[in-house]
Amino acid sequence: MSICAPAARRTFARGVHPRECKGLAENSQIEAIASPPKVRIPLLQHLGATCLATVKPRQEVEPGDVVGEATAPVAAPVHASVRGKVERATMVTLPNGRHVPAVPIAVADRQPLEGDALLEDVYGGDYPFTGLSRYLPEAIRDAARAAGLVGLGGAAFPTHIKLAPPERTPIDTLLVNGCECEPYLTADDQLMQFAPRPILAGALLAQRATGAGRVVVGVEANKPRAIRSLRRAAEGTEVEVAVLKPKYPQGGEKQLIAALLQRAVPTGKLPLDVGVVVLNVGTAAALARAVVRGRPLAHRVVTVSGGGIRRPANLLVPLGSSVRHLIEHCGGLRDDAARVVAGGPMMGFTLGTLDTPVTKGTSGITVLSQREVRHAAETACVRCGRCVEVCPMRLVPTKLGLAARAGNAELARRHHVAACIECGCCAYVCPAQLPLVQLIRLGKVLARS
Amino acid sequence: MPASPVLPLIEVAPSPHVAEADSSTRRMMIDVLIALLPVLGIAVVVFRWFAVVQVGVCVLACLATEMVCCRARAKPLSLADGSVAVTGVILGLSLPWAAPWYIGVLASVMAVGLGKAVFGGLGYNIFNPAMVGRAFVMLSFARELGAAGYVVLESSLEVLTEPTPLMAAEEVTRAMGVEGLWPLFVGHLNGSPGETSAVALLLGGLYLCFRRSAAWAIPAGMILSGYVCAEVFYAAGLTMFPPLYHMFTGSFFFGAFFIATDPVTSPVIRRGQLAFGAGIGVLTMLIRVFSGYPEGVMFAVLLMNAAVPLLNRWTIPRPMGGPVAAP
Repeated sequence: MSICAPAARRTFARGVHPRECKGLAENSQIEAIASPPKVRIPLLQHLGATCLATVKPRQEVEPGDVVGEATAPVAAPVHASVRGKVERATMVTLPNGRHVPAVPIAVADRQPLEGDALLEDVYGGDYPFTGLSRYLPEAIRDAARAAGLVGLGGAAFPTHIKLAPPERTPIDTLLVNGCECEPYLTADDQLMQFAPRPILAGALLAQRATGAGRVVVGVEANKPRAIRSLRRAAEGTEVEVAVLKPKYPQGGEKQLIAALLQRAVPTGKLPLDVGVVVLNVGTAAALARAVVRGRPLAHRVVTVSGGGIRRPANLLVPLGSSVRHLIEHCGGLRDDAARVVAGGPMMGFTLGTLDTPVTKGTSGITVLSQREVRHAAETACVRCGRCVEVCPMRLVPTKLGLAARAGNAELARRHHVAACIECGCCAYVCPAQLPLVQLIRLGKVLARS
Repeated sequence: MPASPVLPLIEVAPSPHVAEADSSTRRMMIDVLIALLPVLGIAVVVFRWFAVVQVGVCVLACLATEMVCCRARAKPLSLADGSVAVTGVILGLSLPWAAPWYIGVLASVMAVGLGKAVFGGLGYNIFNPAMVGRAFVMLSFARELGAAGYVVLESSLEVLTEPTPLMAAEEVTRAMGVEGLWPLFVGHLNGSPGETSAVALLLGGLYLCFRRSAAWAIPAGMILSGYVCAEVFYAAGLTMFPPLYHMFTGSFFFGAFFIATDPVTSPVIRRGQLAFGAGIGVLTMLIRVFSGYPEGVMFAVLLMNAAVPLLNRWTIPRPMGGPVAAP
């Protein structure tokens, strides 16, 4: 951590502080990756219903063309990320193991924009802070929906729904999430340094759409350059930049709301039930681009890092590129690479194949080496209670694990299994190395039945 | 030249993919052994070979019993986690230094066999194994483990000819007058090898709490409630020992930091741990003052062990955001 890190004490209760390991990719500026020979655009990249393909094989598409349209209220359309020719529909496996239909596009040799020009097109140029009143809340929501915006922090919840709070729950605060508490990941950090203006413009637009009185950007103190960059850009606006004590899982929206506003989101409810809307910094920037320029979400910044990758980097990636393409761009895997994780090491999913496409929710690819991966052998639970001490949701993970193992749905419910956010703090500290998150997921299914 | 991304075998596993460094069951047990070093040191200084033999016999007997039990249950041998060695050391330190070898062996067999293996081994036992073993021999060999077991008048070591500070026969104590607190604190008085020096116990105990290998709430609850109880009983004239005397004598600190804190047999939730410790403190004082036994920690721990499932159930925390709304 830098010596100029501001002294920040604000944070949520409990949680853990894993080794940050952000140094690997921390200083790599965002670079636009060359287009792969082929992209496969999954028709489900969000939480909600799968899209319907709107293109036919052999059809030519340009970047930004709709290739799948949302047919349900909770869904977001998907767009072509490259110029090319549509191929026959196929299936892909998402990082979470789900099989979904996808539109493959053979990428044309000449792209309208590539490299630095693409980067400049996405994040550069003027993103105004004034005169935003000409965008009506309804127009902002429509632009978000048309652009296929979803939460880029990982959960991929459609953004236009967040921006349309029901009347019974007035929104007073818009939080912009720049915590990036997962170890290794630095994409948001780089984005805040490189593109503070789109982030802030997006935050102000979201404020207009939700009617929030206050806008706060929460950043952890371990990103001093991002904090400086945002503060400088935010001068003269009403956006507050709040510094938080680094801790995991601060980027979880319930934890961020607790840390900044001391409010608890009721179990099973959404932030808007306590008058808050939370957007990731990347989502805010994409919202600005969608509203101000009418451009859809077709690229995203992805951190490729970890001890198992030769050249860690932060990349601007066309959605639908394969993980293999990213890894090859980063010099390939090292010999001791053990796991390829979509996301960070605390909550990410391991990939069984490198052909998995990058989706809107892919914040990073963490390649862990043998040395970095947990390895210790599992013993019986010694009931030390460390999992209870660190659980940010105030649950008793050991009992949830026990309930799942015993198939005891009643015990799982009595211990509020549904309130678990699966952050993994419990399993991280467990001396017995129990796979608590896996067991709790099982317990959730059990408790619903 | 990009390396082939196909070849290294990539694993698939549930998150989280990283773990806290140096966090393992084995490490917790090693912490207990480290924390016991000052206590062992004092024990060896005061009781010489008596302490070495007693602890050695118990550790070896515990390990041997575990081996037999694992073989009998057709389970892989797991001495490496260190939990059995910890049971042995604690048992050895809690028995009278003069108890004959077969008492140590019997106590160990009972501790590991009856206290642990029959419940399913590490993590599944309800009662503190060392205390199960000790209770067994205490009830079976009342003479050797009673007050007389600590005094050998013909011993060459002077300390061993003195009565223990908590001896039941009140007239003995009355005749001596109440000891000053300092010798109890430093610990060159007679007693079980593990309980003589409050300062050594405090040192090791604080290390354990600092390392989080013991839950601080348990000793905190026990010492606080034990002190309050002792104060009340003293004020009411029910005991002739002042409260601090009760704290520094017998196995009170040993129990607070090393016996009650056995994670397997104590609650997992902070409030439960406080209540558990407080319960042991109160029971210890009740047994010391009102029963025929001079010492109460062992029975107090075993009784509270039985209450742990209930405490865990009573103290289920309210999740952040409240309980799940009824559908």
